[in-house]
Amino acid sequence: VIFVPGRRRARSVEGSGPALIGPDEWRRARVKWGFGGAQALLLVGLVVIGLGPLLWLAKSAITPTNDTITYPMALFPHGTAWSNLQEAWSNVQVGRYFWNTVVLAIGSWFAQVFVATTAGFALSVLRPKYAKVITALLLTTLFVPAVVLLVPLYVEIVHPPLIHHSFIDSYWAVWLPAGASAFNVVLVTRFFDNLPREIFEAARIDGAGPFRLFWAVVLPMSKPILGVVSVFAVLASWKDFLWPLLVLTNPDEQPLSVRLPQIQSQTSLGVFLAALFIASLVPIIGFLIFQRSFLRGTGLGGAIKG
Amino acid sequence: MATVDPIDAHWTDSEPSVTSGLEYRRARRTPVTWVRGGGLATLLFLLPMLFVFGAFSWYPIVRTVIMSLQHTNLVSPATWVGLDNFRAVLNDPLLPKAVENTAEFAGLALIFGYPVPLVAAVLMSEVRRFRGVYSALAYLPVVIPPVVAVLLWKTFYDASPTGVFNTILGWIHLGPYPWLQSQQTALPSLVLESTWANAGGTVIIYLAALTGVNRELYEAASVDGASLWRKVWHITIPQLRGVLLLTMILQIIGTAQVFLEPYLFTSGGPANATVTVLLMIYNYAFGNSLGGDYGNATALSLMLAMFLALFSLLYLRLTRSWSSK
Repeated sequence: VIFVPGRRRARSVEGSGPALIGPDEWRRARVKWGFGGAQALLLVGLVVIGLGPLLWLAKSAITPTNDTITYPMALFPHGTAWSNLQEAWSNVQVGRYFWNTVVLAIGSWFAQVFVATTAGFALSVLRPKYAKVITALLLTTLFVPAVVLLVPLYVEIVHPPLIHHSFIDSYWAVWLPAGASAFNVVLVTRFFDNLPREIFEAARIDGAGPFRLFWAVVLPMSKPILGVVSVFAVLASWKDFLWPLLVLTNPDEQPLSVRLPQIQSQTSLGVFLAALFIASLVPIIGFLIFQRSFLRGTGLGGAIKG
Repeated sequence: MATVDPIDAHWTDSEPSVTSGLEYRRARRTPVTWVRGGGLATLLFLLPMLFVFGAFSWYPIVRTVIMSLQHTNLVSPATWVGLDNFRAVLNDPLLPKAVENTAEFAGLALIFGYPVPLVAAVLMSEVRRFRGVYSALAYLPVVIPPVVAVLLWKTFYDASPTGVFNTILGWIHLGPYPWLQSQQTALPSLVLESTWANAGGTVIIYLAALTGVNRELYEAASVDGASLWRKVWHITIPQLRGVLLLTMILQIIGTAQVFLEPYLFTSGGPANATVTVLLMIYNYAFGNSLGGDYGNATALSLMLAMFLALFSLLYLRLTRSWSSK
């Protein structure tokens, strides 16, 4: 049986949890009504605060602009305006920016997964003598705040050393820097560290070289961690604003996040809100499908940063 | 600051069973044996990472230090100017306001956003049904693209009496409030949105940490007749101290670099009431269409990074006695 780390954890997150309140205590009226009441209140609060703004956005995306401006909290006082969505998608070109966002996300995802798995494999499974030096250099970057990189990275994209060709307006300027995530490499390396080494030895004795070992043994065993890295890579790319704003100057190439602030001044409120709604659909649906990977990864993030 | 809960243990804690690499390489005396032994293959696997980190992480970090000591305009060759950039930034009349706003943002974000996720997580960890619904609802704002969140909240903050928030508050005869348009309320409005957008992540981190609290402690306390409050105060909170301290410093480091909210909500206004340090860095480098002042921008970002590093060190020292108890 191949031991698959991650399975157990996935279950335990939703498991019984700590018994701050024992079964006997739950039976006590004060605990039951006090704590149970607080929990119910929390649920109401979460629905209002967490879901409320999104429901309002969904409602307003299909409401005529005038109604949203005059009666923002009324539910379709003068009917719906499904045309907002259509207008946003084609007239304001949200469709085009949407696909730009998708292409940027796929490239960034690939760069991150490729860099993290190959580096993790080398550092954890092959373990050259200089692995410690590289790991130390990697960990240092975790302590450098992102702001330090912004300006020199931009100048580097405009005037790359050695190559005298600007990468402004090239998607490579977004894809490649996305791969430099020390967090991913650490996450994947730690996962590989915990795979059973007997399997690697067995594969080696059977004549598998390092490339086969990577492709046919290690990667298939790494689905849980690849899931975590993937959802966060795609989400981070979808959320990214400042970097694509700086390096992608041609509006036809820009992703949604960069275009949305510009769209606001070009169109009516109803169409604009429809554009916002379209932009948030993919992350929301992705989250609902891959909820487990998201929540596991966030919990892990807290553990690793410690 | 070890914050690994037992459930994470097989990810992070346990030592690998074999300490040396796979024996693809044996004798490494000549380049040929090195290649045959797998040394070249190892290097090939490391190559993508070395390239990407070298070009987009290690090199720019070094470059920041160099650029902060230079005048660069991307046209003529850079000239060394010593500490001139640092002097220019420190003499910028906008700097004190930006530092004050950034500190206020970080402070308000702690007041708004630090206790609530903890209370929510403690309540959620004892939910016996629909726990998935609770965590999904809490995390939902985190997956919304920040640009969408800010632009949506900008609509909510419409200062007219028919703005979304003003309408809601009008039901209980409050307002209308100016929200983003007043110097007094602009910054708190930014913090409120930022808290909404980020608190869910903290809740999930606390939830994961809560599963690591030793249940025997609770049981022992129950046997001793401890009340619910005493159990939370004397067991839950102390058991979570590592995570609590960690999320606090991470939140401070994050909010010290706040950019998106002031940039999209207010562009720093009204009357510089929401200018932050990062907005200043952005304006130095990219705000002027005639050409960026990269020297000042890198000098200020280095000073911010240094401050955060020193602050974190001090924080670690001050909290060490409590966190290692």
